[in-house]
Amino acid sequence: MVIRNKILIIGLLASFGVACSSTTEQSGDAGGQQDASSDTRDTAQDQAAINSNPFDDPSNPLSSRVVYFGFDSDSIKPEDRDIIIAHAEYLSANSGEKVVLEGHADERGTREYNIALGERRANAVRQLMTLQGVASSQIDVVSFGEERPIAIGHDESAWNQNRRVEILYPSH
Amino acid sequence: MSIKKIKLNFILVILSLLTISSPVRAELTIDITLWLDNALRIAVIPFEWRGPGKHPLKMTEVISADLKRSGQFAPMKVADMIETPHSSDEVNYASWRNSKMKYVVIGKIKSLARGSYQIQFQLLDVEKGTQLTGHSFQATQKQLRRLSHHISDLIYEAITGERGAFDTYLAYVTVTKDRKGQNRYRLAISDSDGYNEQILFESSMPIVRPAWSPDGKKLAYVSYATGRPQIYVQDIFNRHTQRLTDFKGSNLSPAWSPDGRRMAMSLSKDGNAEIYIMDLKTRRLHRVTRSYGVDIEPAWFPDGRSLVFTSDRGGKPQIYRQSVDARGGVGRAQRLTFDGKENLRASVSPDGKRITIVHNIGGQYRIALLDLESDQLSILTDGRLDESPGFAPNGGMLIYAGQAKGRGVLAVISSDGRASHKLRLQQGDVREPAWSPYKQD
Repeated sequence: MVIRNKILIIGLLASFGVACSSTTEQSGDAGGQQDASSDTRDTAQDQAAINSNPFDDPSNPLSSRVVYFGFDSDSIKPEDRDIIIAHAEYLSANSGEKVVLEGHADERGTREYNIALGERRANAVRQLMTLQGVASSQIDVVSFGEERPIAIGHDESAWNQNRRVEILYPSH
Repeated sequence: MSIKKIKLNFILVILSLLTISSPVRAELTIDITLWLDNALRIAVIPFEWRGPGKHPLKMTEVISADLKRSGQFAPMKVADMIETPHSSDEVNYASWRNSKMKYVVIGKIKSLARGSYQIQFQLLDVEKGTQLTGHSFQATQKQLRRLSHHISDLIYEAITGERGAFDTYLAYVTVTKDRKGQNRYRLAISDSDGYNEQILFESSMPIVRPAWSPDGKKLAYVSYATGRPQIYVQDIFNRHTQRLTDFKGSNLSPAWSPDGRRMAMSLSKDGNAEIYIMDLKTRRLHRVTRSYGVDIEPAWFPDGRSLVFTSDRGGKPQIYRQSVDARGGVGRAQRLTFDGKENLRASVSPDGKRITIVHNIGGQYRIALLDLESDQLSILTDGRLDESPGFAPNGGMLIYAGQAKGRGVLAVISSDGRASHKLRLQQGDVREPAWSPYKQD
């Protein structure tokens, strides 16, 4: 399943990042008279190592991959627009990349209406992305309705977490 | 103890459990929760058994359980029976009147050559001292359980004047966790009392909306096996499965027309969820709705000339009715529900005079009945998240999905709301029920 692979891959990327920085530190120690300049170079390499995984960088909006919705609503919250636009810009710049927008709903109502509601939410995110110039062929929409809750509860707190669209990159 | 040895013991325990369990044991267990207090008292007397060894099936137990489950009968406990006649000349009506019984069922089962049996029963009216009905049958051992349900139907109809619905199937979806904690979905059918469960389809991806063909031979359903919801049809006898849809978007809500030749469905391939009718022979689609809202969950009227469906074209989901013909939707949709914040998922009664719906009242989702002639809405249940209501083929009972102790259960309720019982699994959830039509064989 896509979610599990995503977490595994993030884990791999994170460990890759750690491995990278320790190698550069070692070569930095091995340097001698060139310490000052090599240190700057090494810091720049460290920085590059982190920047090459923007999805992993908590300060980068691309690391946010879930947006949430109000009850029975498919309106995108103002605070989520920047996140979606960041993903749209990434996709525009990487036209070979594909994204899956996975729509979800909380358990209230009926199963099939909730599948339609989840799809409407994912379509709202898609529409914002295509307005930013992302090609439709890059975007796939699928809705699971109430079938894949993140939170297994029967209260507002669980419901709030379940009304969401997940932005998933199958190739990552 | 080494790991290998623990594993072996575990396997042996499981195997022994499997061999002990009887193949016809119910997967679904039944709790009777509500019961009419003026239920008709009936004594279903254990049939006389003539044959070698143990009798093959306690048919009267199945019959008593059926009658009790309808909520309209109060079967006498066998332990309380002072007399156990097997033929009408042995019946002492006066003593049954003393026991306050209104009806008595007597019968015999006899073993014949080559694994078949002869069964006869008589239904007697205690007050009048006469026979109401009586029948004789021949059956194999495998057929005895179904014959018991058929006898229940005959008894029910002779007394109430209404056709029984005991010799029917239920279809439903079960959800359990596998060893990795992932959901395991199963599409299953069982007898109306939960016995003889057969798994038709199993998947790690969701299954929703089983729907019986009018001849009772096929089940349509929605499966996420390909990654998105698509509609499938499976023949329940030969298990042959075909996929009906291949469209992008969500393909949902299969609903067979009363003549079995067309399937209404909700497809979002053209932008948002709309109702279409597919001709099952040609696979051609005919469009019914054209709105900016979500149009979903269609159900047919018995004459095949109109549909009800859920639409949120007015803001919140409500029930609408639309005429249809061979080419699709005709005229404008007419809104049917005006009470309550939301109304969804309508099913039509066999006589076309009522619909049952999911009705949002104060944030609680409950099953309600709308009488289409009087426009009266009556709320039948009191759960917080009741859904998927449907009628039994005799229109007298409804089945729906509810929650009990945090788990999904099925519930059957009489259409006046006064008698009900629940069907639940030992573990996991059961949901998405569909009551079969009358069997045609």
